[in-house]
Amino acid sequence: MRSRPIAAVVALVIVVGLIGLAFALWRDRGQSSPSAVRRADGQDFAQIERGRTLTTLADCAGCHSTPGQNEPFAGGRPIETPFGNLLAPNITPDRETGIGAWSDAEFDAAVRQGKQRHGGLLYPAMPYPYYAKMSAEEVLAIRAYLDTIAPVRNSVVSNQLPFPFDIRASMRVWNLLYFTKGEFKPDASKPAAWNRGAYLVLGPAHCGACHTPKTTLGGDLASQALQGYGIQGWFAPDITNDATRGLGSWSVEDIVAYLKTGHNRVTAATGPMAEEITLSSSHMSDADLTAVATYLKDQPGRFDTTATIPATDPAMVAGAAIYRDVCSACHAIDGHGVANLFPALAASPAIRSSDPASLLRVILRGARSVATAAEPTAPAMPAFGWQLDDEKVAAVATYIRNAWGSAAPAVSAEQVREARRSLAARSD
Amino acid sequence: MARRLPRKDVVIVGLGWTGSILANELTDEGLDVIAIERGPWRDAATQFPPNYSQDELRYRIRHELFLRPDQTTFTFRNKMSQTALPIRSWGAFMPPNGVGGGGVHWNAETWRFLPSDFVLKTHLTERYGASFLPADMTIQDFGVTYDDIEPYYDRFEYLCGTSGTAGNLKGQIQEGGNPFEGPRSRPYPNPAQTQPFSHTLFAKAARELGYKPFPQPSGNMSQPYTNPLGVRLGPCTYCGFCEWFGCGNYSKASPQTTILPVLVRKSNFTARDNCEVTRINTDKSGKRATGVTFVDTSGEEWEQPADLVILSAFTIFNVQLLLLSGIGKPYDPVANTGVIGRNFTHQTISDAVGFFDKAKFNFNPFIASGSIGMCIDEFNGDNFDHAAHGFVGGGYMGQVQTNGRPIETTPVPEGTPRWGAAWKTAVRDNYLSAVKPGTGVHGSFYSYRDVYMDLDPTYKDRLGRPLARMTIDFHDNELKQNAFLTDRFAEIIKAMGAHTVDKQYRKGPYDITQYQTTHVCGGAIMGSDPNTSAINRYLQSWDVPNLFVMGASGFPQNAGYNPTGTLAALAFWSADAIRNQYLKNPGPLVHA
Repeated sequence: MRSRPIAAVVALVIVVGLIGLAFALWRDRGQSSPSAVRRADGQDFAQIERGRTLTTLADCAGCHSTPGQNEPFAGGRPIETPFGNLLAPNITPDRETGIGAWSDAEFDAAVRQGKQRHGGLLYPAMPYPYYAKMSAEEVLAIRAYLDTIAPVRNSVVSNQLPFPFDIRASMRVWNLLYFTKGEFKPDASKPAAWNRGAYLVLGPAHCGACHTPKTTLGGDLASQALQGYGIQGWFAPDITNDATRGLGSWSVEDIVAYLKTGHNRVTAATGPMAEEITLSSSHMSDADLTAVATYLKDQPGRFDTTATIPATDPAMVAGAAIYRDVCSACHAIDGHGVANLFPALAASPAIRSSDPASLLRVILRGARSVATAAEPTAPAMPAFGWQLDDEKVAAVATYIRNAWGSAAPAVSAEQVREARRSLAARSD
Repeated sequence: MARRLPRKDVVIVGLGWTGSILANELTDEGLDVIAIERGPWRDAATQFPPNYSQDELRYRIRHELFLRPDQTTFTFRNKMSQTALPIRSWGAFMPPNGVGGGGVHWNAETWRFLPSDFVLKTHLTERYGASFLPADMTIQDFGVTYDDIEPYYDRFEYLCGTSGTAGNLKGQIQEGGNPFEGPRSRPYPNPAQTQPFSHTLFAKAARELGYKPFPQPSGNMSQPYTNPLGVRLGPCTYCGFCEWFGCGNYSKASPQTTILPVLVRKSNFTARDNCEVTRINTDKSGKRATGVTFVDTSGEEWEQPADLVILSAFTIFNVQLLLLSGIGKPYDPVANTGVIGRNFTHQTISDAVGFFDKAKFNFNPFIASGSIGMCIDEFNGDNFDHAAHGFVGGGYMGQVQTNGRPIETTPVPEGTPRWGAAWKTAVRDNYLSAVKPGTGVHGSFYSYRDVYMDLDPTYKDRLGRPLARMTIDFHDNELKQNAFLTDRFAEIIKAMGAHTVDKQYRKGPYDITQYQTTHVCGGAIMGSDPNTSAINRYLQSWDVPNLFVMGASGFPQNAGYNPTGTLAALAFWSADAIRNQYLKNPGPLVHA
């Protein structure tokens, strides 16, 4: 978060400069209206059911439903971006405040091209660059499903961004830079499961929206796809097959168990991923989850190596003592925890992420793991921020990242101080 | 005027072990269930996380997890001729409070009663003759048999992941287990916990004296466990902060670690914490419960209508609520009529502390779990011939030392000054080399005509309701029992190699300031005759058939075991009767 003021200034200069250019270059890159049409009577069960499945795959509820409120898809939830907050719009069929009066073509243009109903542009917090991989039929199935949701009257003013980011026209430049239209095209040289996984990851499931590093303007760094990114006070870890920080040591079954139940032999989901599992992946079919895992296991990581910090390093010595004292009761002296209950820190790649934000957040603030039908226990990690000072948190974090044959850069007390500062303004 | 809430199928009063079991069973049946709990919601990571759950001052000395006497208390006297006074600081037992109830702070000692315990009156009368029993002893049969509830013991043990060694599998006696136990249909779900040095030394000494020692059945996990509901528990770390404490390591069976994670996901379950039920409402006939009235922390009064009322509070408060609600005839010890308040009991606990040569023995007493222990059962119930002894009853005994917590664990030999340098030296010299089992002799407490509960004529709670009054004293039968058992126990401690054994007999009168156990029982007892019991064999009120009363308040007398295994088994048994009999045809399940 320290880089935010710099990023903002850089972004301001670039955005304002490019707005003019964009108007000059602009041409309509949109697609023609979908040829597929919904059944007029709205009673095509197969289409509605397909839409429900796709709405879950696309995790529409993740933004458009507000947790704790019993009004699905009524919008109003603040979506945090590096540029400020956006409020998720109401996508219930309410004709005035929702999307009830929208035509199918307007809905499709919003989902797959990032276009507002009357010609403006959406911000890519709406992951239309991913949803563009879906077909028109699929998008209209989603629409058919949303039409069955209870309409809720809830007027949402989505754009809460500060100047200059509140200028929607700037998205024309952004689209030129980062948006490639076009439906998913299977790679004939790959097996069906791989292609299904690629479609889900790159399309509706929009994994990269959190897990892919971004440019200063918030566009995906395609060359580093799925290698991990800091978001909303967490670090969405590397989910390539990287041996150190990614999924290299996980089997396909490990990944499927994690996405389906929120827990596996190594770790447990918390934070934004817990929400994703609750709303989306825990409802996906085993075949789809296996497909996702198959694709992720085929993504190359960075495979750069970091030297292990020696056990004699003063931070490692202190960290080992703190670990034995306050961590080992659950996570065990050997770092192997208890499968599906207490994370095995020795085997958890996310612990070794380049950015230790999630590790520090969990140590400082504690965390509750996700509860699912298959894994209802939802054990929680207590907060240690009140008990351990910055030096001690840094030492134990450094130890956890470098014990048991692991290797990751040391964590400094300064990083812990900064993590405390940025977390102070955040709710759990 | 109470505000009326929407009707529910079931209202549960108290969300401890039995409330949680009934809530889970009845929501599985598809019923809409609300549980109303007097105390707060409790969650391990929030209320007793491992980074401060081992705070002896906070939890043990200052009673963090228990009811506060200024919310409500009870009055106490030994004899009917005395005036009872209100208890302002808990002593002899610890009234639980909050979600999880006693299941949060218990040691998790998960015993089954003996088959003969369920038919006690019949059994003792047949064996020794009616005249062998004291004239004022009012023991009764439970109305259920061990065989009736064996499947439900099994369900509770598998829910909890109980660690133990079976002693009787389908009638076949098993080496290393308790040979006196009733036949169990299958082994414990987890192997017994590893026993520390003093516990194994006790077992060796007991074996050499001809006894058959076995590990105490434990709700502390000997290994990771996933219960039939899919809830996971982790292995016990032997931290020694178990009883009076919540387990921050998900290692002790509790409603939190076995049932609540599943229950809170159900859309047909609701819980209201920090709400105290003040009465069970009945219709004009008095024969049908219409729901309950409760107050929230703002003093607002609410009415929760329901078709079925499950009373699952702590023993004393179950009885008090029945009396305050006018359900069932209050017990009158003079006329010997009525049932509510009758056959109130507790436990008969004593200890023998052994002092050993510190150069030869280092017991590291801090390595322990709540239900650690090696026990013998030769002197429990009617496992031995009482004819020559002039008393009935008994208890298990064992080295069951659950901790070496620094404030409490200061055993010093008799004659040591109570304070100062000599005391400090003695504590230092004996801390590692003494054996202080705590509840070394865990004896039964049978029921008597003049041991009972009623409403206090003088003292009222903050809402103006009369406090419950307990009238309780030890009778000669229990004191004789305790003297005999304590002597046998001390022989084993001596045989372990102790140079000094301090026998701490239980003596009368009953002392409300000295902790024994939290096993107060009776007052709303089960049985076969509505003239001598408050509830039938299915825990259903004889007077109000849509009211079921859970818990140890239903025990006609207390056996020489910890009560949780039995009261939980009876809860499953009752839930089964509600699901398979009552709901099909609501009304009395037993016609007396």
